[in-house]
Amino acid sequence: METKKLTCIECPIGCEMEVGVEDGKVVFVKGNSCPRGKMYAENEVVCPKRVLTSSIRARSGEMVSVKTDQPIEKAKIFEIMEKINRTTCDLPVKVGDIVYEKIDGKANLIATTNVGV
Amino acid sequence: MKKKYDIVIIGGGPAGLAAAISAYDHGVQDVLILEREENLGGILNQCIHNGFGLTRFKESLTGPEYAWRFIDGVRERKIETLVSTTVLSVSRDKQVTAINERDGVFTIQAKAIVLAMGCRERSKGALNVAGTRPAGLYSAGTAQKYVNMKGYLPGQKVVILGSGDIGLIMARRMTLEGAKVLAVCEIMPFSSGLKRNIAQCLDDFNIPLYLNHTITKIEGKERVTGVVISKVDENKRPIVGTQRYIECDTVLFSVGLIPENELTKSAGVPLSLKTKGAIVYQNRETLIDGIFACGNVLQVHDLVDFVSEEAETAGVGAAEYVLYGNREKDVIDCKNGQNVSYVLPQKIDRNQKGIVKLYFRVTNTFKNCVIKLKSGEKVLTERKKRIAVPGEMESFLLTEELLAAVNGEIELSLEC
Repeated sequence: METKKLTCIECPIGCEMEVGVEDGKVVFVKGNSCPRGKMYAENEVVCPKRVLTSSIRARSGEMVSVKTDQPIEKAKIFEIMEKINRTTCDLPVKVGDIVYEKIDGKANLIATTNVGV
Repeated sequence: MKKKYDIVIIGGGPAGLAAAISAYDHGVQDVLILEREENLGGILNQCIHNGFGLTRFKESLTGPEYAWRFIDGVRERKIETLVSTTVLSVSRDKQVTAINERDGVFTIQAKAIVLAMGCRERSKGALNVAGTRPAGLYSAGTAQKYVNMKGYLPGQKVVILGSGDIGLIMARRMTLEGAKVLAVCEIMPFSSGLKRNIAQCLDDFNIPLYLNHTITKIEGKERVTGVVISKVDENKRPIVGTQRYIECDTVLFSVGLIPENELTKSAGVPLSLKTKGAIVYQNRETLIDGIFACGNVLQVHDLVDFVSEEAETAGVGAAEYVLYGNREKDVIDCKNGQNVSYVLPQKIDRNQKGIVKLYFRVTNTFKNCVIKLKSGEKVLTERKKRIAVPGEMESFLLTEELLAAVNGEIELSLEC
C-alpha cells in the first residue's frame, strides 16, 4: 500500500491529510476534519480536479470574471484556459449566465459578476 | 443633494456593504455609502478566484459573487450610494467632506459614521531593496488588477517577493495566463499565506517557494532584467555567498497590508500601534463617540467572511447610537499577554449585553499550547490549542458571566 500526503484545499483550515492507496483505490483517509476533506482526498489521489476561474473580454471591451460551474480535471487546465482565452460574450451578463457550454464536455463556464445590468 | 444622514459609511467594499445592510435592518434607514471607485464591492471585484464565503454561505464563491450578494442586499433596501466619490476628511463632530465630478467638494453631517476604508498593500519603497527602479515592478494587487480587471499580462518571467495570499494567488493566475513564475521568495521561515494556497497555487504548478530568502538586488535599466536572491540568517540578514541570479522581466511584491487610516487620523480617532487600526469597543465604536470602524481598516483579516461579520456588528452599533444616543460605559481593558501580538476589541463595555468575541493573533508558530485569559493573577478560563500560527486570526468567546468576574482589565496569553 502507498500513502500520500495532501493539504486539503476545501477551506482555509488546510488540513494536512494522509491517504492510503492500494491498487488505485483509496483505503483510508486520515487528518481530515470534515466530510468535504475526505471527499477531496479521495478524488485527489485518483483524478485531481479544480474549479478554474479566469476572466474574459466582452465584445464591447469590458472584462467579465468567469468560473467553471464544477471542478474540471487538473490535467486539462491549460487546454481549457486556451478555450477561455478565445471566449467572449455580449452584455448585459449576470452572475450565473453561461458563457461557454460544456467547456470540457461537462462543466459550463459561467459569469461570476454582473456587467451592464 | 442631501446634506444630512443618520449614518454615513466610508467605503463600499465588503465591510461597508455589510455595515449598511445591518444598520438598515436594525432600524436606521437613512444611510449613505461613499465609495471612491466606480463600482461597489471593493477589492473583491479583482479577486476572481474562488474560496470565499465557506463560513458564511457554506459554499465556495468567487470574490465578485460574494460581493454581489451584498450589493444586491444594498439595492433591495434602496440604500443610497455615491460612487466615484473620494472622502477628503472626517471631523470628530462627524462631518464628512468628499469630492466627486458631479457635485464638486461637499460636506455631509452624519449622526454616526462607519469607517470601512479597507487596507492597502505595503509598497516596495517600504522595503528598501537595493538596485535600480526599472519598469516591471508591481505590487501583487496591482498585477491582479491588470490581469483580472484590465485584461493585460504585466510580464512573462516573474519572481514574487513575499508569500502572502495575494502573491500566491497571482503566482497561479499569471501561470494560467501563460507567464512563467520562477520563484516565490519568503524572508520568514514560514509562509504567511493560507496552506491551501500553497497547495493549489504553488504545488499544483510546481512553482518553487524559497523560505528564508529575499531579493537583495533588482537589475535592469528600462525594464527589469533580473534579480539576485539570497538566503537570510535568523535575524533576516542576507548571508554572503548564497546569492543567486534569476533572469526575469517582472517582480511582484506581496509583503503585507496596511490599514488605510488617513481619514481615521483626520477625525482624531486614537489608533492602536499593534493593529494599526482604531482602538475599539466590542460594538466597534472607536474612542470617539458615534464613529465606528470595521473590516480591514480596523484589523487585517484573513477571510472576508469575518469582515462581513465584524461589519454587521459595527452596523448594529452605529444604528443603536443613532436610535438611543450615547450611553454610559463600564469599561474593561483587554491586553495582549505572552506570545499574543494583539487582541481586538481593546476595550469591552460591560453595559453592552451579549457574548464578546475576542480576536487575536499569535507571534509565532506554537504547537500544543494553552490560551489563558487572566484578570490580574487570576486565570478566568483557558482552552487547549493544538496549533496556532501568526497567519491565522484566532478568536476566544467571552460570556457575560465571565466578564462579570473581571476587575478592571483582562489579559490574553498563550502558554506552552
